[in-house]
Amino acid sequence: MPQLSLTVNGKSHAVEVEGRTLLVELLREKLGLTGTHIGCDTSQCGACVVHVDGRSIKSCTMLALQAEGASVTTIEGLAKPDGTLHPMQEMFREHHALQCGFCTPGMVMSAIDLVQMHPDGLTEHEIREGLEGNLCRCTGYHNIVKAIAAAWPLMHGKQVPAAAE
Amino acid sequence: MGFEGIGASVRRKEDGRFLAGRGNYVDDINRPGQLYAFIRRADRPHARIRGIDTAAAAMAPGVHAVFTGKDIEADGLGGLPCGWQIHNKDGTPMAEPPHPVIAVGKVRHVGDPVAVVIAETRQAAKDAAERLVIDYEDLPGIANLRQAVAQGAAQVHDGVAGNICYDWHIGDKDAVDAAFGRAATVVKLDLTNNRLVPNAMEPRSAVGDHDAAGDYTLYTTSQNPHVIRLLMGAFVLHVPESKLRVVAPDVGGGFGSKIYHYAEEAIVTWAAGKLKRPVKWTAERNESFMSDAHGRDHESTAEMALDEQGNFLALRVRTLCNMGAYLSTFAPCVPTYLYATLLAGVYRTPAIYAEVKAVFTNTVPVDAYRGAGRPEASYLLERLADVIARDTGRDRVELRRQNFIPKDAFPYQTPVALQYDSGDYFATLDGALKAADWAGFEERRKQSAAKGKLRGIGMSTYIEACGIAPSHVVGSLGARAGLYEVATIRVHPTGSVSVLTGSHSHGQGHETTFAQIVAEKLGVPIAQVEVVHGDTQKIPFGMGTYGSRSLAVGGSAMVKAIDKVVAKGKRIAAHLMEASAEDIEFKDGKFSVAGTDRSKALAEISLAAYVPHNYPIEELEPGLDETAFYDPKNFTFPGGCHICEVEIEGDSGMARVVRFTAVDDIGRVINPMIVEGQVQGGVAQGVGQALMENAVYDANGQLLTGSFMDYTMPRAEDLPDITVGTESTMCTHNPLGSKGCGEVGAIGSPPAVINAVIDALRDYGVRHLDMPATPEKIWSIMQGGMQPGRPAMAAE
Amino acid sequence: MYEFTYHKPTSIADAVKLLGADADAKALAGGQTFIPVLKQRLNKPSAVIDLAGLGLSGIRAEGNRVVIGAMTTHHAIATSPDIAKAIPGLTTMAGWIGDTQVRHRGTMGGSLANNDPTACYPAAVLALNATIRTDKRSIAADDYFQGMFTTALEPGELITEIEFPLPVEKSAYAKFRNPASRYAMVGVFVAKSSAGVRVAITGAAQNGVFRHKEMEEALGKSWSPDAVAKIKTSPEALNSDIHGSAEYRAHLITVMAKRAVAAAG
Repeated sequence: MPQLSLTVNGKSHAVEVEGRTLLVELLREKLGLTGTHIGCDTSQCGACVVHVDGRSIKSCTMLALQAEGASVTTIEGLAKPDGTLHPMQEMFREHHALQCGFCTPGMVMSAIDLVQMHPDGLTEHEIREGLEGNLCRCTGYHNIVKAIAAAWPLMHGKQVPAAAE
Repeated sequence: MGFEGIGASVRRKEDGRFLAGRGNYVDDINRPGQLYAFIRRADRPHARIRGIDTAAAAMAPGVHAVFTGKDIEADGLGGLPCGWQIHNKDGTPMAEPPHPVIAVGKVRHVGDPVAVVIAETRQAAKDAAERLVIDYEDLPGIANLRQAVAQGAAQVHDGVAGNICYDWHIGDKDAVDAAFGRAATVVKLDLTNNRLVPNAMEPRSAVGDHDAAGDYTLYTTSQNPHVIRLLMGAFVLHVPESKLRVVAPDVGGGFGSKIYHYAEEAIVTWAAGKLKRPVKWTAERNESFMSDAHGRDHESTAEMALDEQGNFLALRVRTLCNMGAYLSTFAPCVPTYLYATLLAGVYRTPAIYAEVKAVFTNTVPVDAYRGAGRPEASYLLERLADVIARDTGRDRVELRRQNFIPKDAFPYQTPVALQYDSGDYFATLDGALKAADWAGFEERRKQSAAKGKLRGIGMSTYIEACGIAPSHVVGSLGARAGLYEVATIRVHPTGSVSVLTGSHSHGQGHETTFAQIVAEKLGVPIAQVEVVHGDTQKIPFGMGTYGSRSLAVGGSAMVKAIDKVVAKGKRIAAHLMEASAEDIEFKDGKFSVAGTDRSKALAEISLAAYVPHNYPIEELEPGLDETAFYDPKNFTFPGGCHICEVEIEGDSGMARVVRFTAVDDIGRVINPMIVEGQVQGGVAQGVGQALMENAVYDANGQLLTGSFMDYTMPRAEDLPDITVGTESTMCTHNPLGSKGCGEVGAIGSPPAVINAVIDALRDYGVRHLDMPATPEKIWSIMQGGMQPGRPAMAAE
Repeated sequence: MYEFTYHKPTSIADAVKLLGADADAKALAGGQTFIPVLKQRLNKPSAVIDLAGLGLSGIRAEGNRVVIGAMTTHHAIATSPDIAKAIPGLTTMAGWIGDTQVRHRGTMGGSLANNDPTACYPAAVLALNATIRTDKRSIAADDYFQGMFTTALEPGELITEIEFPLPVEKSAYAKFRNPASRYAMVGVFVAKSSAGVRVAITGAAQNGVFRHKEMEEALGKSWSPDAVAKIKTSPEALNSDIHGSAEYRAHLITVMAKRAVAAAG
């Protein structure tokens, strides 16, 4: 079987995979990183979104071997070693942006990329458009949109948002 | 620590693990030595299986076993049971054809399991499944309701003539006929409630395990593990409860679709026993589309008789509903006791008669999906209300108000069996009109018109019956189970608390809400309260979570158990403080002797209970661990008013919801933040049903919407902000006063959306439009050509 | 997915050799369509040749042309200031493909090689009179698209670059998305350049992208939304499915053409 070297959440891995092994299968089954989920077969739902070299991608639509030499970040790699949550995770919690939690890892990874790609500001409309690759069946998206809007200033160091409530 | 009790928007305890990627969903579970199952499913709607050649598959690399329906039969397993029996008008029981775990003799819908391959890896199982050679003889398929009841239709099941599962009715036909005889006006409406695919984001999954002692464990994506243990153990595998543990860990959404006992659960558990290895199965999304129970799928005719003043005199309803190819666990009760009993709505219509015919088709089984029966009833009534207003030239708000059940009429006995305990439909209506700025709509309409958009506003004033349900009532209606709930409150020696609940959380936030009840009642910080659910080995029993029952029934069981803890604590405290138990008061986590400054904290009492050195041991057992079963006295009746505004693009016909306001009466609110989220999520599903979602079969029974490429799921950009408010009256018969909030969003919203679409199209003379209101349907109306609607049913 | 051998060559010559050596070998560009197809087991390649190592990614000016490497992602095109300045319609179009995550992986070359009848790029390439450069030759857009999933590419032939002639005076894209899949139900790309006015329609027709001559003529006379407002398209040969009939798609062609012309200014 082919060999693959990559970095996941800052840790180097050398593993054997089949040609057909998807990146998400490598993460979940070989590396035990089950925070990344699989919600569909057609690249629509976004439950599997991770960052590859800093960009959000659907790990169910990428071969593991395509990640040779890449740096991958998953939901497990966001919090600081002391457990401090990433501002996006914190705002998801603060704004009740998750219910069953299944879409949440992919949603958070997409949301972080969305905020990073908009350093000059992010409107509600842009947030809603920017989530087109992620499906949530529980929340109606209302609170996800609020959470991302609240995370934007925290991530760009602009200002502290008014406390929720 | 701020206030954490009832009424606080406490941030959720469960979020930490979900946000860190440490949730524990079934597909995350891997047992040592685990094998993988892949299910080969029927690719056609209806066929005789002439033979299955398993030889090549069995010899494929990594394969441990290939099983067909005959192997299941040979082991003496039962079929998948149905939990509810409806009786026909003539008193005979419904048709209840067998539902084999794996098809035997015939396949009856696309997705019906034909064989299972069990191998070392998922891919090996899937590779091998392609080597199965299945010799089919195609039979004519029944793809929809109309085909099912047509003269000379093919039969889905031998022995079920005309494909009729049951022909049922409720209400006083004579009284209704008499009222129609003297009516000033009769308004009639034909309408379809579209078929939906629940699509919880987590696909179903099951892991079966079997140990050396002969004990089985099933990890499954279930809303009610005890029910699965009961049904699978007693009816399918014939394994006693004591030898079967069912665990439903973190579950990624259910919306009804994970209530039922599915074939895959039985397959992996049985196969684990046969192969002495754990066996995992996880649905691919395409399998979810063809094997998760679908929702809705009704065609109805509704007629309202009115007097000259616009008072509702009588309602007559005929409904044809789809059961799919087999009876799913709760399916028969959905279009009967969860639908027709709600046809009074919020109105004082004195006479109601409904006939419901359930039919079999060669489609995926249909069962409860968020709201279950109640969205169908409210859609029918609230569309009808708007059509009555339109046809008789009345204001749609005033028509509703005029026919509301008055505030002082509670408890109100409807003509269709239910007795509403409380409600104030005027309050929710007025609250919603104000919050939505109904009065200011015309100005917004003009602004939209200036942009080339047609704007419309619509409302629904709906009710639901939930908190299911009093066991003796449902028993008399055909339920084969009780519908109480169970809770254990275990106060540990040092004062932390475990809540063992038979309710199951798959997004509802029970770990937080239930902890808040403990905080309120026992004065224990929620950080010291652990809510345990989803494991038959840990929890005494439980009926699970569906029908918005967790708080009203599960929460009430908790309160009952907490009351027992307090009662026992008082006796211990009385002993320790040498007072009479009657003089002990419990407040804010302290037992005190009335009129004195003597008190003991809960933790002191619990320590004494477990370290009974100074303890009334002759009269009281040690320990502080109480279990209660709570059987509700009645259903609960949330209700409210939803107001929707849509904008339609004048050129393409595309409708978008631009404003949505929900004001609901859900009784006592424990956590407003969670309630708001539940309502918003329900509304999103309702908007999805009204504008985009539709499960479509072609005339031959092939599912055309078999993936997210063709089945439209609402996305963030398809929805607006959803404004949620509450105007609550308390439930009068449970200790919390709570009614339930999980389904109101999906029940109240679809008619509000369609009413808004029709209102936007006011210049086009359209009276009705079936869901989903797709751009093309709306465009067709704007062309003045095709008038949507459907021809009369052949069966009528 | 069926098992296959994965190769990642580092030169075009090696890639072509690998593809030529095995009739069942398939090229992998961004994979955003191809990998889902493999997952559904609709294709059974013996080998998958990843083109990511060939240095085919990038956007550059070359005289009176913009040249885009075949492996350039939709995201790179959508966010390129040079493209935004030269061909704003292409910026819009690339930004509406799939979703952010798809745009991070999906490539222009992959889309063109596949020629899905509901893909967006074919409309841009045809309307902008682009030229497809391969390892062997250059193919004019008018000659390249040959029907649903069919192109002028020979077996084993690789797209290397796509060349867009400049200046483009006006360009815009309007898309009516399939509500479920987000592919184009109808996409209309309008462009005005020295080559004249060109209007290309994707998503609508059974045979894939096509030029709308009647609209081109009308816009050639008068560049305004009104010029196309009355032009009707025959529903014959248009797609009809659960999301829209051929008649509705025919109507949407006019609606989207008007919007595109309005957007182009």
